[in-house]
Amino acid sequence: MLSAIRQFFAERLVLEVETPLLCQATGTDPQLDFFSTQLHAVPDIDTLYLQTSPEFAMKRLLAAGSGDIYQICKAFRNGESGRQHNPEFTILEWYRLDFDLPALMAEVAELVQFLLPEQLWEVQILSYQSVFAQATGLDPLVFEKSLYVETAVRLGLAEAEAICGDDESLWLDFLFSHCVQASLMGTVIWLIHGYPAKQSSLARLNTEDPRVAERFEVLIQGMELGNGFYELCDAGEQERRFDAEIAARESQGLPAVIKDQRLLAALQSGLPECSGIAIGLDRLLMLATHAMAIEEVLAFPTLKA
Amino acid sequence: MAIYSTNEFKGGLKIMLDNDPCSIIENEFVKPGKGQAFNRVKIRNLKTGRVIERTFKSGDTVEGADVVDREMQYLYNDGEFWHFMVPDTFEQYQAEKTAVGESLKWLKEQDTCILTLWNDSPLSVTPPNFVELSITETDPGLKGDTSGGGGKPATLETGAVVRVPLFVQIGEMIRVDTRSGEYVSRVKE
Repeated sequence: MLSAIRQFFAERLVLEVETPLLCQATGTDPQLDFFSTQLHAVPDIDTLYLQTSPEFAMKRLLAAGSGDIYQICKAFRNGESGRQHNPEFTILEWYRLDFDLPALMAEVAELVQFLLPEQLWEVQILSYQSVFAQATGLDPLVFEKSLYVETAVRLGLAEAEAICGDDESLWLDFLFSHCVQASLMGTVIWLIHGYPAKQSSLARLNTEDPRVAERFEVLIQGMELGNGFYELCDAGEQERRFDAEIAARESQGLPAVIKDQRLLAALQSGLPECSGIAIGLDRLLMLATHAMAIEEVLAFPTLKA
Repeated sequence: MAIYSTNEFKGGLKIMLDNDPCSIIENEFVKPGKGQAFNRVKIRNLKTGRVIERTFKSGDTVEGADVVDREMQYLYNDGEFWHFMVPDTFEQYQAEKTAVGESLKWLKEQDTCILTLWNDSPLSVTPPNFVELSITETDPGLKGDTSGGGGKPATLETGAVVRVPLFVQIGEMIRVDTRSGEYVSRVKE
């Protein structure tokens, strides 16, 4: 699979790069827990972080004029273990200059078809709003708590109200992961775009409809494989999102992190217009080998590492 | 009692849910691409035996249930309660009919059972996997029939009814698998 990926990108003149796994700063996302370690740089001791994704380093390369780049690397997320999660996993991440989201979605579909050729894949490009409505009957862009509660009860998920309360974002996560994902089955590459702005992460907002973000996910057989963004280039907006996430971490009592000033400086100096995506390669391998659990495609999962 | 976080969830863990003791059967970590993680858990209610699915927000905590399994010897039934004893300490427990449930038809005095205790009171009784019981009633069989085909009902000393081969007679001891309720073999005295 690795050699096929390298062939795919070589044919498209995308440069393979390598960036540090051990970083001075990490993402601020309150949903991602990281591993940290101590660097003994006498007389100081610095905290370093194992990357949760190579995004920041790769954006710094893009801002420095690297052009189209891809990377295959390890990423680490603390506390994530399960049938589809191992705390250490392999990411394929790539960035394409002047690609908008439809162009990147098309390339993702081509890559999956190239890597899993024994299956005849159908490609479905649908909006978050339409698949959400299809599975739940709800509009994800208009939050009406009573309707959401009613739907959850109807779908046998009465506990949702106690878990999600008034948190719109949590409701969307809950219903998407419990109801919508399970509806995205078959030999289909599902490309779901137009995520609600509340779930925008590092994507920019749609210029015509600011309720949605320029973000998509690729899912196969109900399993999320990757997240793609039309990347945010505005350093000011990026810093505001960092600050909001740092404040959220603080209010939730999570370990404090610092903003990646080097990323902000890179954005200030100018990130070219680009789209990028990260794909979980272990999960792609699960699909290729019809594995039910991520342990089956790892030589030594973390518990046995 | 102990408090468990969702990341300690695993099969067999006993927790309290809606004021009932429950046992986790299966725990699935669910996380959307970006966003909140959940634990989707399959749970057996130890009081009713019903299996339900329930979701927790990852990182949330639940109270553990003080549930333990202990081997005990069945002593006798006084009409209302079934009495059991821990062989090495001679501690005695009395179980109500709801706790004994379906197991009652396999309980023979002196046999060793597993009692599931919740807050030190019996929640359920699991009979041994195999019990040896004598037949109190069955139709006379045909001599020479040694094959398994057909069979006939037989009532055992505890009141349980199982299907036995035609050659098995009243007064004989047989071995029964309590999990399936099926005849296994005759027992030589």
